[in-house]
Amino acid sequence: MSLMNWIDRRFPATKVFKEHLSEYYAPKNFNFWYFFGSLAIVMLVLQIVTGVLLAMNYKPDADSAFASVEYIMRDVWGGWFVRYMHSTGASFFFIVIYLHMFRGLLYGSYRNPRELIWIFGMVIYIAMMATAFFGYLLPWGQMSYWGAQVIVNLFDTIPWIGPPLAEWIRGDYVISDITLNRFYALHYLVPFLLAGLVFLHIVALHKVGSNNPDGVEIKRGPKGNRWDANAPADGVPFHPYYTVKDTLGMVVFLAAFFAVVFFMPEMGGYFLEQPNFEPANPLKTPEHIAPVWYFTPYYAILRAVPSFAGTQVWGVLAMFAALVVFFLLPWLDRSSVASMRYKGWMSKLALGIFALSFLALGYLGTRPPTPQLTLLAQVFTLLYFAYFFLMPFYSQLEKTKPVPERLSQ
Amino acid sequence: MMDMMRSQTTRKNYRALGGALATAMATALTVTVTVLTVFASPALAATESKMQMTPFKASLKDTPSMQRGAKLFVNYCLSCHSAKFMRYNRMAEDLHIPPALVEKHMLFAAEKIGDPMETTMPADAAEEWFGVAPPDLSLIARLRGPEWLYNYFLTFYLDDNSPSGWNNVVFENVAMPHAMHELQGLQRAVFKTETAADGTQREVLERFEITSPGKMSVAEYRQAAADLTNFLVYLGEPAKLVRIEYGIWVMLFMLVFAGLAYMLKKEYWRDVE
Amino acid sequence: MTDKTPDSRAPGNAVDRRRRRLLTAATTGMGLAGTAGMLVPFAGSMLPSEKAKAAGAPVAVDISALAPGKQITVEWRGKPVWIIGRSAEELDFLASMAEILADPDSDAAQQPAYARNRYRSIKREVLVLVGICTHLGCSPKFRPALTADADGAFLCACHGSRFDLAGRVYRNVPAPTNLVVPPHRYLSDSVILIGEHPETA
Repeated sequence: MSLMNWIDRRFPATKVFKEHLSEYYAPKNFNFWYFFGSLAIVMLVLQIVTGVLLAMNYKPDADSAFASVEYIMRDVWGGWFVRYMHSTGASFFFIVIYLHMFRGLLYGSYRNPRELIWIFGMVIYIAMMATAFFGYLLPWGQMSYWGAQVIVNLFDTIPWIGPPLAEWIRGDYVISDITLNRFYALHYLVPFLLAGLVFLHIVALHKVGSNNPDGVEIKRGPKGNRWDANAPADGVPFHPYYTVKDTLGMVVFLAAFFAVVFFMPEMGGYFLEQPNFEPANPLKTPEHIAPVWYFTPYYAILRAVPSFAGTQVWGVLAMFAALVVFFLLPWLDRSSVASMRYKGWMSKLALGIFALSFLALGYLGTRPPTPQLTLLAQVFTLLYFAYFFLMPFYSQLEKTKPVPERLSQ
Repeated sequence: MMDMMRSQTTRKNYRALGGALATAMATALTVTVTVLTVFASPALAATESKMQMTPFKASLKDTPSMQRGAKLFVNYCLSCHSAKFMRYNRMAEDLHIPPALVEKHMLFAAEKIGDPMETTMPADAAEEWFGVAPPDLSLIARLRGPEWLYNYFLTFYLDDNSPSGWNNVVFENVAMPHAMHELQGLQRAVFKTETAADGTQREVLERFEITSPGKMSVAEYRQAAADLTNFLVYLGEPAKLVRIEYGIWVMLFMLVFAGLAYMLKKEYWRDVE
Repeated sequence: MTDKTPDSRAPGNAVDRRRRRLLTAATTGMGLAGTAGMLVPFAGSMLPSEKAKAAGAPVAVDISALAPGKQITVEWRGKPVWIIGRSAEELDFLASMAEILADPDSDAAQQPAYARNRYRSIKREVLVLVGICTHLGCSPKFRPALTADADGAFLCACHGSRFDLAGRVYRNVPAPTNLVVPPHRYLSDSVILIGEHPETA
């Protein structure tokens, strides 16, 4: 094709297509857990597209923000669809990312030589949380307002720099019109940084190649398959094999997504919370405030740690530590094998307990605190950290199963 | 040799230690999950109410009911409350009310049928009369839920201790007087004290006593409350009238799409498997 | 999509290329249809909203007080709309203007079909115009005197464009076309609805 030649002389379109799709060899044994990477990209694109459309009708002004959301829901043609896609999309994006991260824990995708992929991924996750946090203020409902108030006040507890830092974030003494205005600016900006980070995440991935459920490096295995004599024997070209497979995954996933968008956009108050249908009122706190579900595991950790030595900063530190500790994972895992398939029972149990703790903390973070629930949150917080800090011991000491030379199927 | 043997025994000891740790973690988990199920649930059910809510399920399929609700809303609510996110012409179209009828009977506080449903009452005057500015009702059904609204309309009662002379069982010390009392009539609430198993006492509603009947019978007024609730549910999210139907078409489309994508995937993966 | 699968290396497992092409086309088709379906509300969200429509809703104007030489100005879709009364004398005068006008027969589509006549109106004595100069959007001034002189019935102060008492543009002025006649219809003899075509039209 001469047009393609014309382009290729000026831009490596075909080369990139080959290197990253049609001649990028991915292990042939990807399972269910490997859908969530491509789904995360789908969600990012949908969030950016719907977000830009919403931005055309939204007003970042304390007097008109709430009304402008209802304007989108009622007066803008198709506005309710765009808005529900965006609000549902935020939650689905987190569901996808949590499953994507769990996959990493399950098959050791963070291990040498994929430490940087993991670190870029964690930065993406934190950028996502920041975006979601900024975005949650924008509807300017009661939950938006008081949620932001509580979270920004966390910074207030840091000794010395806390109070001026919190004021700097808000640009005011409480959450106000000024805060709303800057959160809107940041909510628009960060997703584009996030897209850049996704690019780095994929560049790093394609440099070392994908991990797989066996944790066996296909590049070190025998060469030659039916497509290429020099390609890894256990690899298949990403395109068309994984493009068609990921298409199937995407369609099934989007069916679930649209089921929520059309049939239950509030998702029982978890995706859109009831108090948020009342405009923000700085003089009246709702009876019970909780962050949106995807923040609640960390919120539960925050509340679980008691204040002592005259400061509440410990809870804040624990909450941030719960995030930071993920970064250390590549160096905490001392096992001789990557995948949970060949790790011993201790690792399996530890991961199971961790996953349960994360879910339990997520549930506890949505409930009003009682002494019993706080005690539970404390136990689960300890278990959460135990997974990480005991990993150097149990991962090294347990008996592992022999890893096959090649992929097991 | 000695070194190796020692390191092997150390490994064994560590392995035992690791096992003990993991067992401890598992035990802690089991204990906490048990505590969670045993203690957490009653702690959550602590929100007290003076009465058992009458179950109510809103219907957006019952257009005549929503039309009657719209009429009640305009006559009894709109004089103090606004519904400023709703336009009269949208309501006329969605609820199949002829626009001429809306223009004739409903445009009290608006000039044009395309205007939003504002109230005639100035907010500051309202605040002076009732202590609080009557809230906008556009989203009240999404904030309170249909069941709460339905019960709220039914449980106003005369209360000499309240500044307005009115009180409400589901919304205690409500500032608003009973706007529809000429329809329901006047009633007094009779409370009784109930002693729970653990000895705590609380006041619960026993019954209502009608002191002066209204224009409607009890059954008629219940229907009116249902109509108004249905209308408010519509008012909270007009898009709900269409989104379920669109959703069904989208689901059918996705089903076919998924079928084709599955066949395509199977076809290509024959090469690999 | 190029199919690089070499059949020779997979004996007994021949690739059914036709089926692949068909399924690929069908799935791609569904994907495109789905994307298009999603883009409809996406693009639709940029159409004038109910708020814009309500603000730009047709305006009913009572013209019972309108007399020849008088002008009523109302706002419709954010623009001034003039309703101007004309006398029989003025209407007769319109016929004599042809030589100095750029488009005396209203060939350019600056008016609805029902107003494409010498008077550019439904009723001769009532002229309805959008009061925006067709040059760069200033609002011309109405000079109620009978005017065959060089200044015309409407003079745009910005760049000196001139129009006659039917809103027709003079020759050799910056404005290229006649003033716009908006859609309008008579609800009764004395009420005009600006913004809607007559029901029979």
